[in-house]
Amino acid sequence: MSGWKVFGSRAKRLEDPALLTGQGRFVDDIILPEMLHAAFVRSPHGHAKISGINVDSARAMDGVHAIYTLDDFKPHLTNERLVVGLPSSAYKQELDRPALAMGEVVYVGEPVAIVVADTRYIAEDAAAMVKVEYDILPAVADCRAALEEGAPLAHSSSPHNILAQFDMGYGEVDSVFANAPHVYSESMWQHRGGSQSIKCRGAVSIYDPLEELVTLYSATQAAHTAKNILIDMLGLNENQIRVIIPDVGGGFGPKLVFYQEDVSVVLAAKLLGRPVKWTEDRREHFISTTQERDQFWEVEIAVDDNGKMLGLRGSMTHDHGAYTARGINLAFNSALIVSLPYDVPCYHMDVVLAVTNKVPVTPVRGAGHPQGIFVMERLLDRAARELGIDRPEIRRRNLIPTEQLPFTKGLKTRGDAPVVLDSGDYLACMEEALERIDFAGFSERQEKARQEGRYIGVGIANYVKGTGRGPFETVTVRIGPSGKIMVYSGAAAMGQSTQTMLTQIVAENLGGDMENIEVVTGDSSVVPMGIGGSASRQTVTAGSSALLAAQEVREKALKVAAHMLEASEEDLEIEGREIRVKGVPDLKVGLGQVAHAVAGTPGYALPGGIEPGMEATKNFMIDDLTFVNGTAAVEVEVDPETGKVSFIKYVIVHDCGTVVNPMIVAGQVIGGTAHGIGNTLFEWMGYDVTAQPITTNFAEYLLISAPEMPHVEMGHMESPTPLNPLGVKGVGECGVVPAPAAIISAVENALAPFEVYLDQVPLRPPEIVEKIQNAAIS
Amino acid sequence: MGETRKISLSVNGKTYEEEVEVRFTLADFLRQQLGLTGTHLGCEHGVCGACTILLNGRSARSCLMLAVQADGQEITTIEGIAPSEEEMHPLQEAFRDNHGLQCGFCTPGMLTTLIEFLGDNPDPTEQEVREAISGNLCRCTGYQGIVAAALDAAQRLREAKGV
Repeated sequence: MSGWKVFGSRAKRLEDPALLTGQGRFVDDIILPEMLHAAFVRSPHGHAKISGINVDSARAMDGVHAIYTLDDFKPHLTNERLVVGLPSSAYKQELDRPALAMGEVVYVGEPVAIVVADTRYIAEDAAAMVKVEYDILPAVADCRAALEEGAPLAHSSSPHNILAQFDMGYGEVDSVFANAPHVYSESMWQHRGGSQSIKCRGAVSIYDPLEELVTLYSATQAAHTAKNILIDMLGLNENQIRVIIPDVGGGFGPKLVFYQEDVSVVLAAKLLGRPVKWTEDRREHFISTTQERDQFWEVEIAVDDNGKMLGLRGSMTHDHGAYTARGINLAFNSALIVSLPYDVPCYHMDVVLAVTNKVPVTPVRGAGHPQGIFVMERLLDRAARELGIDRPEIRRRNLIPTEQLPFTKGLKTRGDAPVVLDSGDYLACMEEALERIDFAGFSERQEKARQEGRYIGVGIANYVKGTGRGPFETVTVRIGPSGKIMVYSGAAAMGQSTQTMLTQIVAENLGGDMENIEVVTGDSSVVPMGIGGSASRQTVTAGSSALLAAQEVREKALKVAAHMLEASEEDLEIEGREIRVKGVPDLKVGLGQVAHAVAGTPGYALPGGIEPGMEATKNFMIDDLTFVNGTAAVEVEVDPETGKVSFIKYVIVHDCGTVVNPMIVAGQVIGGTAHGIGNTLFEWMGYDVTAQPITTNFAEYLLISAPEMPHVEMGHMESPTPLNPLGVKGVGECGVVPAPAAIISAVENALAPFEVYLDQVPLRPPEIVEKIQNAAIS
Repeated sequence: MGETRKISLSVNGKTYEEEVEVRFTLADFLRQQLGLTGTHLGCEHGVCGACTILLNGRSARSCLMLAVQADGQEITTIEGIAPSEEEMHPLQEAFRDNHGLQCGFCTPGMLTTLIEFLGDNPDPTEQEVREAISGNLCRCTGYQGIVAAALDAAQRLREAKGV
């Protein structure tokens, strides 16, 4: 925008120079004197009782320092379980993870013991030598089977396999459906895999007996959460624990979770009096880091003759995994988002979360939202097909017009706040996407392609998604006597350019010199509270706090400088590292001098009568989500012989409000899109009937690579939200949300001559071929 | 410590004589013994490409090689790409200018792979760049910034050579 120094500009990232020259510091890069290395003994079974653990031969190996099971840790734990579940009245049972397995293992990969040795090589050798006797129990691998009468129990002490049950909705669904002229039903299977950040998890812990201080370096998205859980589990005072997040090689959700390995490494370091490091390897990531996995939906839509929606209802079964590592939020998000972009007169969804003998389920980038959008968009495509209405046209007739914003939905967020769509122009956004994909000219292209024996298709999907989850993220802005501006926040960086984003916001208000600003995030010692990185929230929450803090420091600095320069505040400007009188460049004072002036001298009053310290701490409070919107439009070619899907064009038009840095926003949107394409066409986290994972490396579980990834064409709309002073909305998850719905719609459109109808994600090449064959038979 | 052997090798132009465990991978040796932690391990089974280094100028997976196999060889890691401490390689500059990295974890392998590729193919097409990095996984960028950076770097390198 005009008139701004750095805010809104395509500023180069401050994070890059270190990362480009090999000077980044990821958790595995921390090498300390006397440091020992840990490996975990993990359950090889989906469900089993532990009848004995013999560590003798492993313990006797050269270089092995200790092997701990839960029994060894118990005397040092004030709470043996990781109590992390988000509050909800929907729970039917509590399933908190024990620090290490407690007599029974309930998923493959569950940690049973920690082995600490001179090197990781020795630790792994010794872990293989630990003899655990298991009595194998029946396992539950499928979340629908888990709910059947007589199903084996995922936990032998549980009364049933229902973790939670809830419903949500509004309006008179039953009577509307009873009287609707058209009702169409669909059954859908949706599956998302793991985060598969290229850097796995990891932890390094140090115990300092002099200070009685535990330090944990962890590849987490939430330092303060980790600190609070450790206080709970170890009975520490808050000054006895510090959690630091080093460079994180991708988060994408599962690193928001606090894990058994974190507390185990901390305890091992404390008991041994030496630093201990654990680095997750890729197989461990597949079996012990949380994932998203399966949802099964039974849904129906009611429409009138013109395709105007009358209602939507259904039920959904959600695979929760073996423990509660986060809460019911994922399934809640899925059910909440379904109707958002459209004016749906009535809505009802019954949701059940089933316990299975698989690694716990928690959000992965997108957090249940792509699934909800898929449900809505597939149902609209179905209704359009049945009624002979163009797919864009049925959406035009149902999208909420911008004139009706803010629009109050009959739904509540998980914090019981009303869902109010705040700003945007959903229809204009869709129209731009249609134009960019040349939807109008598509049928001609398709006809021509078919004559050549090629099957091309086009698909679109709209999304509206809540972002910027509150309640706050603290930011302190401080000018030190050196003149350097320090920014401290509870926010967490994992590749989303948090440092650059906060710097642009602060610099805009304090001289515009980005090089003069140092951002410290992800350190529990720099601010007392923090929430961390999730739910596309940090630019909204930390960004707003940074703005308010920078503005307050600016006011203070101008006041003090006015006093020092004997000038009026209105005549002053901050330029670079100086405050000067406008038009009189020689009349100036450095930011450092201003800070020094309020640092205090014994017996002397502070200038201007202001509070000591050139600093401000702000917690911008936010209860309401701000809703982003966008449209993906996709043109594909499908090879019916091989099932290969190739992209001809991929368009996404989106609106995330005010843009702090367009380069970073584009990077987030494209990255999210890649994640969504991978989810749709490649990724599948497989388990067999005994709940044994069968995709545990990158040959069995496919990530999208550069040749399959299309060039993404973007359109940017900018509707600032009135809900925060920057007008920003979250963008980190946007790309992923519409991708499955748009791609599957395009593939179905391409395969229309075969009368193949699609109701699942992922959809991999063999399944496409199979569906074509099945359609031909029927 | 298990069986060890003495090796001599050049890393980023510097000669090292080291006693190394025979079962240590080259990646673990570079990271843990030489402290060159810029080489990253993403999968340790040869798919993700984060650990890619240049072995006698050719890209190689340092997670799939033993350190003893590098005896007598010349290795370049990400720490040895820039011409000096003050100046980055044109490819590094292009990555920064084109947002070719977010978390930066796959970046070392991307850079080493592309240095070899651009040496062989100084004027590539977009599709050729995509094929060149098909053995390097990135979970953040969707590859678009990386591809743009590679094409930009190719142009900078051509201009520097006066081509």
